[in-house]
Amino acid sequence: MRLAGMRLAGTVLGRVGLVLGLPAVLVTIWWIVSADSEHFLFRSLRDILVAFRETWLGPRLVEDVLPSLSRLAQGYAASLVLGIGAGVLIGSSRTLRAVVEPVLELLRAIPPPALIPLIGLFAGIGDTRRVVIIIAGCVWPILLNTVEGVRAVDEVLADTCRSYRVRGLGRLRHLVLRSASPQIMTGARQALAIGIILMVISELQRTDRGIGFAVEQFQTSFRYPEMWSGVLLLGVLGVALSLLFRLADRQILGWYHGLRATQKESR
Amino acid sequence: MLEVQGLHKVYDSHGRRVEAIRELTFTVPDGRFACVVGPSGCGKTTLLRCIAGLLPQTGGQVWVEGNPVSGPPPGLAVVFQEYGRSLFPWLRVRDNVELPLRAAGLPRARRRQLAADALAAVGLSDAYRAYPWQLSGGMQQRVAIARAVAYQPRVLLMDEPFAAVDAQTRADLEDLIRTVWRRLGVTLLFVTHDIDEAVYLGERVIVLSAAPTRIKEDLEIDLPAERDQLITRSDPRFTELRAHIYAQIQTSRGAPPPVHPPDRTAAPQEEMS
Repeated sequence: MRLAGMRLAGTVLGRVGLVLGLPAVLVTIWWIVSADSEHFLFRSLRDILVAFRETWLGPRLVEDVLPSLSRLAQGYAASLVLGIGAGVLIGSSRTLRAVVEPVLELLRAIPPPALIPLIGLFAGIGDTRRVVIIIAGCVWPILLNTVEGVRAVDEVLADTCRSYRVRGLGRLRHLVLRSASPQIMTGARQALAIGIILMVISELQRTDRGIGFAVEQFQTSFRYPEMWSGVLLLGVLGVALSLLFRLADRQILGWYHGLRATQKESR
Repeated sequence: MLEVQGLHKVYDSHGRRVEAIRELTFTVPDGRFACVVGPSGCGKTTLLRCIAGLLPQTGGQVWVEGNPVSGPPPGLAVVFQEYGRSLFPWLRVRDNVELPLRAAGLPRARRRQLAADALAAVGLSDAYRAYPWQLSGGMQQRVAIARAVAYQPRVLLMDEPFAAVDAQTRADLEDLIRTVWRRLGVTLLFVTHDIDEAVYLGERVIVLSAAPTRIKEDLEIDLPAERDQLITRSDPRFTELRAHIYAQIQTSRGAPPPVHPPDRTAAPQEEMS
């Protein structure tokens, strides 16, 4: 009985079933339980899905969703550049690391929402401010993980590069960045989750377009199905971005997963 | 060609001053194969790292191809003992072999050609698309050797390269390195703790003393140029050389000299009676 179950799980149908099984069950339960809901806040799933279609698949897609995603993309990209750049510099020098690391630990411990008023002072009230808020949260995991990854480059590999006279930019590209890439990707993954949160937070209580702004607007004007649909949209976006990240991860770190698998087998 | 003159190395850290190498002077002429053996901890690896420019010496000088060494010199390749850590895990075998050439700015076609030739020379033409961690230990070390071969160095340094592989693989790799050396005509300095290996491979064996290290002896290996695992190793001259070097190392370590071996032809009859 158990063996048959395992064999079934191995087929494609089995695997799809495994991934989508629980979500499908939960959604069905949600649908059934909320079907005849008259409650003002917890409307039926059907109402929420109708609101989803009407709200987000119309003009709001361009007016709210795209600006939000665009700011997220800008903030994330800038965080990658800053985080990896500074991370490589700091990670490569023991003195610099010793000097800078305590300050970094302090700065990264400050929750970005607490910095919003401060950022508002320097970055004005427009898109810049929102992007800076995203950077303020996203840069830390990337930076700190990059420092770790750069620090931990294998000594034998480094000696090999030295003896073959692989130096300067070539060394950075072929040795340092690639060696640190698993750590950097870990930081990038954490930063993505933080970025989505900050994308929403940076839009609250401000008069401009965006998903977070729209959801807050629906909430204050008692349009709850639309509010829930906004929450649903954020969830879907989160999953979609996470999947995109997995694709990128497999491309960039395919060798790493293979290596780890081999090491696990040989144990 | 490799010249070492009055090499002196002292490690000075954490309040401890260790004189690893007192004084080493020797020359390996163009295209010759020299092995370095010595008791454990005698600074064989320190010597190799100083020659490779990876470690600054405290005194003395090293010349590679007539140029003084102050950092990793051009035209010199090193094969390390830890093959797993010296190959790039994110690159396939062919890219691993090509990387030093790529860093040196060689055009693609030329790199491909050199890499293909080098992989063929070590018998790994079929594995060019594999990742190093998909290969066995012996094959990984072959990739490291192929990378050194493709680099077309004038001098090749090897730091106990076969210490971490099993005996049968080691025998194959020993024969491989002799073949590669003959084909390339490199000047080869081979560091090992294995006396048998040193005598089997080298045209010359440099025996080091215990720390603080000096040269104990510099032996010419007058075995035939064609070496074979079975024939050469059962050659009486091989046994003599090996026993002599073993005795030298034992006295180096302060251990009592070995007992003179009994006459082989007489032994079986004595035991039977």
